[in-house]
Amino acid sequence: MAPHTEQLTRPAVQLRGLTRSFEGRTVLDGIDLDLPAGQFTALLGHSGSGKSTLLRAIAGLDHKVAGSGRLTAPEKVSVVFQDSRLLPWRRVLDNVLLGLNGADAERKGRAALAEVGLEGRERAWPSELSGGEAQRAALARSLVREPELLLADEPFGALDALTRIRMHALLRELWTRHQPSVLLVTHDVDEAIVLADRVLVLDSGRVGLDLAIERDARARGEYRGRLLAALGVTEGVG
Amino acid sequence: MTTTTPAVLPVRAQEEDQPVRRRRRGLSPGRALPASRLIGPALLLALWAAASAAGQLDPGAIPAPWTVLRTAGRLWSAGTLPTDILTSLERAAYGFTIGLAAGVVLALAAGLSRVGEALIDGTVNLNRAIPTLGLIPLFILWLGIGEAFKIAIIAIVVYVPIYLNTHSALSGIDSRFVELAEVQGLSRLRFVRQIVIPGALPGFFVGLRLGVTGSWLGLVVLEQINATSGLGYMMFQAQNYGQSDVILVGLLVYGIFGLVSDSAVRLIERRVLSWRRTLSS
Ligand SMILES: Nc1ncnc2c1ncn2[C@@H]1O[C@H](COP(=O)(O)OP(=O)(O)O)[C@@H](O)[C@H]1O
Ligand SMILES: [Mg+2]
Repeated sequence: MAPHTEQLTRPAVQLRGLTRSFEGRTVLDGIDLDLPAGQFTALLGHSGSGKSTLLRAIAGLDHKVAGSGRLTAPEKVSVVFQDSRLLPWRRVLDNVLLGLNGADAERKGRAALAEVGLEGRERAWPSELSGGEAQRAALARSLVREPELLLADEPFGALDALTRIRMHALLRELWTRHQPSVLLVTHDVDEAIVLADRVLVLDSGRVGLDLAIERDARARGEYRGRLLAALGVTEGVG
Repeated sequence: MTTTTPAVLPVRAQEEDQPVRRRRRGLSPGRALPASRLIGPALLLALWAAASAAGQLDPGAIPAPWTVLRTAGRLWSAGTLPTDILTSLERAAYGFTIGLAAGVVLALAAGLSRVGEALIDGTVNLNRAIPTLGLIPLFILWLGIGEAFKIAIIAIVVYVPIYLNTHSALSGIDSRFVELAEVQGLSRLRFVRQIVIPGALPGFFVGLRLGVTGSWLGLVVLEQINATSGLGYMMFQAQNYGQSDVILVGLLVYGIFGLVSDSAVRLIERRVLSWRRTLSS
């Protein structure tokens, strides 16, 4: 994967001793982490391990959470949530344009919708979209802002398996074209391996495993085994 | 002997003169009947007319519909009915407009700022705890028995439900949307305009409908108790002279006011909240 090598020297996200706790219970316990610019990273972890807490810290959405540590992140950050979080009272295009300024905002919005395959649905209401379509609109909304860093919190968690596969391809394609740094939170080991170049496992408030993924199908099984072991899951024999 | 239902229903459904859709009990109430809201009143009217024609009703207590209509026509051409209607409408319109404006402004002030909330919310709830009609004697003392006190009472009856519903909708804004607004970098003004206010509109409309009903209720009570002009005055006089047909004309006009205004609010609500897909759409 040569395209991003010259950028790898300048990390997009830098965490030093990042700590976050809720009511005295430490959820993130001194995380040190660099996310190189343009890298696609997946974050695995059990439910409640603090994945969302970490993502929200990087997104700057945790004003009221107690914690310490240093954090640098790019100016232009977009977030995709598990729910599409489209405003039900705005049409799809207006949802994509939410918070966007400038004369050619609308043109950009239409282009972004076309890119995620929602051409012609600009004037639909969010309630008229299927789950997959809504999530694609959410993806368009975050891409239209040309983010340096794209944070996604289990964005495909609520989708059916077939839709999810198509969304994987779409996300990977969009990443290749726009090259933002991506931090994708997921609880799905296979999704992490398919999408990411690097997989982190969050365990007891720290990064327990940091695994580089070669885009080469041969090693998949081995990655899977190592990640599942790091998550404390033993696969049944057979 | 029990047999399992053969799984050929969809195939059967495509046979001749079978609908292409499989039958399934629909749980939404189905399509609205045309002018469905008028069916009930029309039926009642028919019963009344039938009973009058059959001589089952004492014409002194409940005159026949046609008597009421004839009386209405007479009062109309004499010019007293239009004047009374106009007087009443004017009161309701002023009171409603002031109440609407006050309810919305106070709800915005209390819903969008902590200081506003501290100053306003408790005060309004205190106001709500006092039955508004109980304020009538005090308001007559303060404002005299003219128009001002009537308009003030109607305004209070209207602003309370509008304030309460709008305020609770404003402060009940989904925290997920707050988060979204932060992520998208919305300014405070844009956040309010594009997320808080549209999100509070359904609540506002609940309050608006209660307010409209309240304005007529306030009007009727004020005009019945403290009538010096208007529809209520007309009815009050009629009571003294035992003219039940005139009283019914008054009630009829009140009823039309209520029906028309409620329909108007519903129509506006449907247009403004067209993004909502509910059972009734
Ligand atoms: N706002 C909050 N208040 C209190 N506890 C919280 C809050 N958010 C998260 N937590 C707790 O922090 C832990 C990590 O949560 P989270 O980051 O959402 O986990 P994950 O996304 O990995 O499933 C959980 O135990 C959760 O209960
Ligand atoms: Mg989570």
